[in-house]
Amino acid sequence: MSFPWAKEYKPATEFGQWMDEKLPLPRFIYNSLGAGYPAPRNLNYMWNFGSLAGIFLVVQIVTGIILAMHYAANANIAFDSVEHIMRDVNSGWMFRYAHANGASFFFIAIYLHIGRGLYYGSYKAPREMIWLLGVVIYLLAMATAFMGYVLPWGQMSFWGAKVITGLFEAIPLVGKPIQELLLGGFAPDNAALNRFFSLHYLLPFVMAGVIILHIWSLHIPGSNNPTGVDVKGPQDTVPFHPYYTAKDGWTLGLALIFFSIMLFFLPNFLGHAENYIPANPLSTPANIVPEWYFWPWYAILRAFTVDFLFIPAKLLGVLAMFSAILVWFFLPWLDRSPVRSGDYRPRFKKFFWFGLIPCILVLGYCGGAHAEEPFVMMSQIATAYYFAHFLIILPLLSRIEKPEPLPNSITEAVTGKPLEQAS
Amino acid sequence: MVRIIGMLVGLFFSGWMLVTFVLGATEFVTNPPAETAEHKFHLKPKKVAFPSDGPLGKFDNQQLQRGFQVYKEVCAACHSLRLVAFRNLQDIGYNEDEVKAIAASWVIETPSVDPATGEASSRPSLPADKFPKPFANDIAAAAANNNAIPPDLSLITKARKGGAPYIYSLLTGYQDTPEDLPEANQPGPGLHYNPYFPNLNLAMASPLASEDMVSYSDGTQASIDQMAKDVSAFLVWSAEPKLVERHQTGWAVIAFLLIATILAYLSFRTIWADVKAEKKKKGAEG
Ligand code: HEC
Ligand code: HEM
Repeated sequence: MSFPWAKEYKPATEFGQWMDEKLPLPRFIYNSLGAGYPAPRNLNYMWNFGSLAGIFLVVQIVTGIILAMHYAANANIAFDSVEHIMRDVNSGWMFRYAHANGASFFFIAIYLHIGRGLYYGSYKAPREMIWLLGVVIYLLAMATAFMGYVLPWGQMSFWGAKVITGLFEAIPLVGKPIQELLLGGFAPDNAALNRFFSLHYLLPFVMAGVIILHIWSLHIPGSNNPTGVDVKGPQDTVPFHPYYTAKDGWTLGLALIFFSIMLFFLPNFLGHAENYIPANPLSTPANIVPEWYFWPWYAILRAFTVDFLFIPAKLLGVLAMFSAILVWFFLPWLDRSPVRSGDYRPRFKKFFWFGLIPCILVLGYCGGAHAEEPFVMMSQIATAYYFAHFLIILPLLSRIEKPEPLPNSITEAVTGKPLEQAS
Repeated sequence: MVRIIGMLVGLFFSGWMLVTFVLGATEFVTNPPAETAEHKFHLKPKKVAFPSDGPLGKFDNQQLQRGFQVYKEVCAACHSLRLVAFRNLQDIGYNEDEVKAIAASWVIETPSVDPATGEASSRPSLPADKFPKPFANDIAAAAANNNAIPPDLSLITKARKGGAPYIYSLLTGYQDTPEDLPEANQPGPGLHYNPYFPNLNLAMASPLASEDMVSYSDGTQASIDQMAKDVSAFLVWSAEPKLVERHQTGWAVIAFLLIATILAYLSFRTIWADVKAEKKKKGAEG
């Protein structure tokens, strides 16, 4: 453990003692999520979404396993098996709606979690690896959600699978074979449905594994905090348990209340009506759109409407869409400002709140709308800004910006008294 | 190096986006897209309330039974209800014997196999059977309906944007074609103008064309509006039979979560009291 003042695990019972000698799992938990992990005392509520995302992953795994007991991954009966869950399985409707809405809540949590990292510079040294693993988790989450949405085999499932795997076709030479490999055929059918089910079951456990690495790597430097200033002494921290378990605990209650409102009173609000029509390869829906959490990327994909020399527009869109996420892998090396927290970076702050955030919201809105004007033009401006923000503005900003003076310590920022004297 | 490559990639994508935008905007200004007839004539669903609306919504079994009667006597000639079984009618207030009688007397019989010869045949329905389909297959359905397949109605209120109000509006929304409707949007042969339908013309003639097409056993006046409302309410039930259970569970869960959250908040305040006490007062010198 990185902080010498971290509390040490002391088994309270003889059995605990025995266990600690054979398999120190309780010690491990104590040091990662218990009183043995000193966390900055000044974390704000934006630091609650990591554990919330973790809880929603558990919700997805639990409800998903129950659904899988009744679901049939066969193109002929998949749709009806879902309706069987909704109508005949005891509380089946609850598990299904919880799983469908749980995915949205997982993404809400993870987007706020990523946004927190972007604003407070949590991706910067020494936390680059935490960030990189986070991006891997996000990519896995997208793959999982996409394949999960195909499983009910409704119209949007089928056409979504067709459009998204069709993107690979745009890649020269290898595109077509890759698409066929993904689908196990030329178009989405039984083979595709089966492999998507298999992978949809597998990937969340892979995610859980990467999350363990993510938290392991977090515990080497410890958490960042709203000032971005390093922890300098015991007064700067509080033990994770009970302080942050209590804080995460009550906000979890709040999140579950919002979740229940959606689940019980508006269960289809975030879905598409089309997906209650069984998949029909002969009838194309008027507007094929993915789930809301993919809209910003989908808007970038559709913003490219003009060929560049010999590169067709579709390929450009595909490249841009993947680059838009992959650029996050390079973020720690693009933003060279030594100051982490956006609170102390006057210009960065403006670009963040008046550039990046509106840009993502516009992309999100346009990605869900029909591909017509003015939405295409709006996504083009927003896409231009998106790439400029990460690849041009952030690198230049770190050279020219004059940051505001940083507090000497977390304790000083919180109590107004210097670290040594604070009681 | 990363930054130089990154900047080039950024310049490329952003630059090409701006070029594309300028091209598109010029096209948009010089050659603005014409308003489509769908945009101009299509109407949003009417405002109409159902007892199942809102977080306190419940089904009105009287209404569902009337709606079922409309389905049975009018819509069932063309539309299947393949996800609903006769036994499910017990949920809307019919007793076991009534359900048995409804199943046994259903005009279309359940497909089966002749026990003596093994040939395809049919038999009267049992409560455990799903509603039998009016047409043997899609080809037969299309052939009988001017090449349009009447969609299954089990999930229709969830499968259409606008839900039950849309179904109600569609059923009560047939109109004469407006004078200024462009040629291309005129209803072709066998099509009927209805501004609530996304592309304005559909192959179903107004199914509730006159009053008293059914005679309600509870004495309710069977106006077109009433029948449309009742059958729409019935289709809310057929799409979401667990709606009432869902609402009730929701209130119980939320009540529990509220209490748990308040308790969790109070313990959070207690635990943090000592750390919070050290915080500098707002406005104090910092
Ligand atoms: C004579 C046969 C017939 C009868 C009776 C009939 N329909 Fe239809 N219905 C059709 C056909 C055909 C279509 C397909 C129309 C199309 O797609 O153009 C259809 C379509 C529909 C749709 C789908 C509209 C959409 O948004 O796609 C609904 C809802 C509907 N009918 C409800 C009803 C109800 C409720 C009744 C009973 C009151 C009923 N229908 C009676 C033939 C019928
Ligand atoms: C299932 C998904 C994820 C889970 C369960 C998860 C969980 C966590 C948890 C519990 C923490 C510690 C508490 C906190 O700071 O909030 C954390 C920290 C962190 N996460 Fe994640 N995370 C996930 C995905 C991501 C993603 C997608 C990213 C970024 C792309 C990311 C970036 C980070 C960073 C940079 C930290 C260090 C935060 C800091 O101390 O400031 N995480 N994560």
